[in-house]
Amino acid sequence: MRETGQSTAGPARPLLLRGGRVIDPSTGTDDVLDVLLVDGEVAALGRGTGEPDGAAVRDVTGLIVCPGLIDVHVHLREPGGEHKETIATGARAAAAGGYTAVCAMPNTDPPVDDPAAVGFVRAQGIRAGTARVWPVGAISLGQQGQRLAQIGEMVDAGAVAITDDGRPVSDAGLMRLALSYARTLGIPVASHCEELALSRGGSMNEGVVSTRLGLIGIPNAAEDVMIARDLMLAELTGGRLHVQHVSTRRGVEMIRQAKARGVPVTAEGTPHHFTLTDAAVDGYRTEAKVNPPLRTAADRAAVVQGIADGTLDVIATDHAPHHYDEKEQAFDDAPFGLVGLETALGLCITELVETGVLSMTALIERMSCAPARAFGLPGGTLRPGSPADVTVFDPAVEWTVDASKFLSRSRNTPFAGRRLHGRNRLTIVGGRTAWEAAPAGTTR
Amino acid sequence: MSERATFPGKDLIGLESLDAAQICTILDTAEAFKEISERPIKKVPVLRGKTIVNLFFEASTRTRISFEFAEKRLSADTVNIGSTSSSVTKGETLVDTARNLEAMRIDMVVIRHGSSGAAQFLADRIPSNVVNAGDGRHEHPTQGLLDILTIRDHRGRIEGLKVCIIGDVLHSRVARSNIWGLTRLGARVGVCAPRTLLPVAVEELGVEVFDRIEDAMEWADVLNVLRLQFERMQGGFVPSVREYNRLFGVTRERIERTGRDLLILHPGPMNRGVEIDSDVADGPHAVILDQVTNGVAVRMAVLYLLAGGEPERAEAAKREN
Repeated sequence: MRETGQSTAGPARPLLLRGGRVIDPSTGTDDVLDVLLVDGEVAALGRGTGEPDGAAVRDVTGLIVCPGLIDVHVHLREPGGEHKETIATGARAAAAGGYTAVCAMPNTDPPVDDPAAVGFVRAQGIRAGTARVWPVGAISLGQQGQRLAQIGEMVDAGAVAITDDGRPVSDAGLMRLALSYARTLGIPVASHCEELALSRGGSMNEGVVSTRLGLIGIPNAAEDVMIARDLMLAELTGGRLHVQHVSTRRGVEMIRQAKARGVPVTAEGTPHHFTLTDAAVDGYRTEAKVNPPLRTAADRAAVVQGIADGTLDVIATDHAPHHYDEKEQAFDDAPFGLVGLETALGLCITELVETGVLSMTALIERMSCAPARAFGLPGGTLRPGSPADVTVFDPAVEWTVDASKFLSRSRNTPFAGRRLHGRNRLTIVGGRTAWEAAPAGTTR
Repeated sequence: MSERATFPGKDLIGLESLDAAQICTILDTAEAFKEISERPIKKVPVLRGKTIVNLFFEASTRTRISFEFAEKRLSADTVNIGSTSSSVTKGETLVDTARNLEAMRIDMVVIRHGSSGAAQFLADRIPSNVVNAGDGRHEHPTQGLLDILTIRDHRGRIEGLKVCIIGDVLHSRVARSNIWGLTRLGARVGVCAPRTLLPVAVEELGVEVFDRIEDAMEWADVLNVLRLQFERMQGGFVPSVREYNRLFGVTRERIERTGRDLLILHPGPMNRGVEIDSDVADGPHAVILDQVTNGVAVRMAVLYLLAGGEPERAEAAKREN
């Protein structure tokens, strides 16, 4: 277990969350219970728990209390892209969305490819003092895809995984080395699976919509061949592979088969891939330009099915903020990516729980427990003694996505104006309130 | 207002969003405007006092000049901004270009741009009328309209005709505008090219695919032959120009073998001896120069209708001074 890496400026007051429906898939708990948090840890769960002296008491009746949500795939843009997001604004947006921890991708400028950069990301996260920020290091030096970065030193400095996300590793030999080396260190290799020779120049899914719009398409095969390669290499090396943002039906199927034969692999589905198809791009909507692209209804259905049966064990956002000037361009010229931290929980409840795809317990498993396991992070459980990272959300409240209210520095969402059910109310990190919704009837 | 309803909207971005009645309105209006270009004094005051900017981010000779003639013959005040003189080369964004134009209180913009969606992007952001003169691989609606007008001139109808587009459909905005416009008017459309030059799922646009040009020519009443751009060879889409001509060139031998009176269109500029042989381009089946003549009339019609002109009044408008 790692150090929790969070600011501890004086002890937090004990906090008693009273009367909520506690769902903790890690312990099989689903019951109305009180949760007592003391000294940054979960102290006790029970009924009619008396509060210790000096404790704050919160009545959370009617709300769901669960292990803090963890997003293993976010882009916080610092250093180098502070006009899009900073570690502080990104961590605040995460806390607002119900996340108690996020994993920051290393494709910054300069990339996070050495221990000093890892230390910087970690320090900025601690300084921000909201959601925990776990650094992810680069696979290759400068993310150039040539030589391994100083992976061991980065892990010593606090990196929890490695990836060349955004600049996928083309060289199969290097990927083999990365998986082998990461196995030694006990960390996963997160892979953005994209064969650049098949995707080059593309800006959306290849299909009838790209043909109509006259945009160069990215075929499913660009993703599928790399998923196939990386699964083979994980099988070869025994290194832990984490497949990021799976968007294709064949990709889901190959991961399902690999898991069945015992390949050490975890995989993500994102809210945008399980909610939208390439039809969202129609009208050249750059806010729906994302990589891997939004695909067809059959692919979307496969991602949903993959999340349902656990093939995609983790739900992650691939939160990718961009300044509005950058998205306000001709479609080809706009960058890939959309923000997701502040809409994910509502989309998951609306699109997966209310439709009967997942139980609320399974959703919390995908958004908290499984991410913690996949990246070896503290949290993902309310077992006494574990970090007091807790999310309290209202599973039923209806709300409309208003991007102008985002705490993220960027607004690039395809979900603006969408009606969602379920919203975060209270985010507790290390026993302290990291974010709290304004009381009903007020606006923040 | 019922007149406007036949070709509504502020802009002409593509033919995909138009229905048959709207397309016919433009074609019929163009028919009325043809005669102006045959006069000794080729000018009517229909757009007097209107300011039109021709914003060409991509090099173009024929389309730009055609628009300019159409504008001048309708007495509009025009300004041309070319790709080299444009502030875009100084790093100005498309949105800033749009806002600056708007601040100068212009009435219409004719835009040619290398990115699909650029015309829509501009139209969404300024209140002026926007005419798409070609955006990336998306649409080139006035080219589609002039092709259809030319076919109608020569065959008297569109409905029921079989039109085959031959060549680089993948990169062609002309192909897309033709497919939408022709199918809306009841023609059957085929495409014929090596599969490397056909977009995926092209059949889902309602077209038939031919792998052999002989089959396409046997099937079709009309051929619209697309230019094979030399950059495509560098991109490896076809192995060589010679091989392309051998497999997909529209040659006299192939036309004669059909024994039929095919109509041959080409949007220009032609690569003689590549996609079309000279004796076809200059032969009795080709109507390539009619297309150019019709282009001016079609563009006059589009500008007139977007400026609020009523189709029924096109004849009368021509006589005003």
